[in-house]
Amino acid sequence: MNPQLSQDGRLRHLLTLDGLPRAIITQILDTAESFMDVGEREVKKVPLLRGKSIFNLFFEPSTRTRTTFEIAAKRLSADVVNLNIATSSQTKGEAILDTVDNLSAMHADMFVVRHAQSGAAHFIAQHVAPHISVVNAGDGRHAHPTQGLLDMFTIRRFKGEFHNLTVAIVGDVLHSRVARSQIHALVPEVRVIGPKTLLPTGVEQMGVRVFHDMEAGLAGCDVVIMLRLQNERMKGARLPSSQEYFKFFGLTPEKLALARPDAIVMHPGPMNRGVEIASEVADGPQSVILPQVTYGIAVRMAVMAMLAGTGNA
Amino acid sequence: MPSPPNSYCKGFLMHASLPDANTLIVQLADVIAPALTPDTLIVGIHTGGVWVAERLHALLSCSQPLGTLDISFYRDDFSRIGLHPQVKPSNLPFDLEDRAILLVDDVLHSGRTVRAAMNELFDYGRPASIRLAVLVDRGGHELPIRPDFAGLSITVPDHRNINLSRLDDGHLTLTLA
Repeated sequence: MNPQLSQDGRLRHLLTLDGLPRAIITQILDTAESFMDVGEREVKKVPLLRGKSIFNLFFEPSTRTRTTFEIAAKRLSADVVNLNIATSSQTKGEAILDTVDNLSAMHADMFVVRHAQSGAAHFIAQHVAPHISVVNAGDGRHAHPTQGLLDMFTIRRFKGEFHNLTVAIVGDVLHSRVARSQIHALVPEVRVIGPKTLLPTGVEQMGVRVFHDMEAGLAGCDVVIMLRLQNERMKGARLPSSQEYFKFFGLTPEKLALARPDAIVMHPGPMNRGVEIASEVADGPQSVILPQVTYGIAVRMAVMAMLAGTGNA
Repeated sequence: MPSPPNSYCKGFLMHASLPDANTLIVQLADVIAPALTPDTLIVGIHTGGVWVAERLHALLSCSQPLGTLDISFYRDDFSRIGLHPQVKPSNLPFDLEDRAILLVDDVLHSGRTVRAAMNELFDYGRPASIRLAVLVDRGGHELPIRPDFAGLSITVPDHRNINLSRLDDGHLTLTLA
């Protein structure tokens, strides 16, 4: 049985896009569309989650993701508590469940979990009471499903449907949970572009085309998703220097010109300007990087609204 | 057995006795027309209310854009039944501050949908007035909400439902289930 779904097939937790039914993904994207205008109204709120308590459990720092989850919850009228928890690696397993138990005793309805270790959100989801939902806001290298969903939402908004699209994911795929979510989520042709040292072993088996030459990989693409070079996750020297990386895998206007003329450029943020992306591209007419941030709020509202609707059922 | 007030038809209602929805909308438009000011905004509630509102908008030659509301995010039974699987975006292409609004739905039953719709409208601004037009007022009200205009007022037993459906050619049909 899929741990993310309730017995009647509704969304119970959001842990990974892997194995999530296509119908649920479509429902999330459609619901997000309905939330798009809430931010532009006189009252930027709907009363859907009035009286619900949502805890943002961030075991590693992330300003942008935490902020968009917080805004999303507040636009749904939920009460939000942010906890930035520094973990001691010795007692981590026990400490997580203690934290969760304590917050559950405070009548939490939902946990948004960010953790450096893969599987942390699954671990919490298995432990919580039946009425509590868990959203994975990024666990180590594993998954970051709301980022994958907001990328799909962005592509759908700018490109219509997904079929016949060619999407290139460029850069540090090895360390990127964003890329892993996208590879699972995207249906069109997916290309992965990067140096051998930054692509996971066996990436070909995920049904993607692999390129080590950026020019060849970008040719004819409709969507270019740039990934951040994850310096903080680098162990050992995988790259000679960031200048050299920019020369081969940084997105410049010249390289972008090889993609389709109407191609869009995405980036999950935060950007390393001059490392994986040139400022002319990041701020250029093909960039949809800031709309992605706005869409992230609507997508997270949709996920939380759907989860809260099944939590007490 | 005491009969409910304001009903044309008392007791058990047979399927065959439901009037044609399209004729009913024309009659409803005739009732509304004298009371409608040129600056009134017509807003339909998804899904059936939008169908009726589209017709009224045309029949009344309303010059203002038509608004649509999906009240899924304002329902009072959300925590019991969850989110409706097909939420449609609300679309109010005007500033409703200090405007007269004609809210349109297909069937008035408990009044909870109308309450939710009014709450949503107020999150867009403060209208000068809201009046309610429904195709069918079937009784069974649970809130102090009554229509200002109704195409048909009847009493239907609680366990039965009146549904408005639309064919591909746009033809509307009322059925008793």
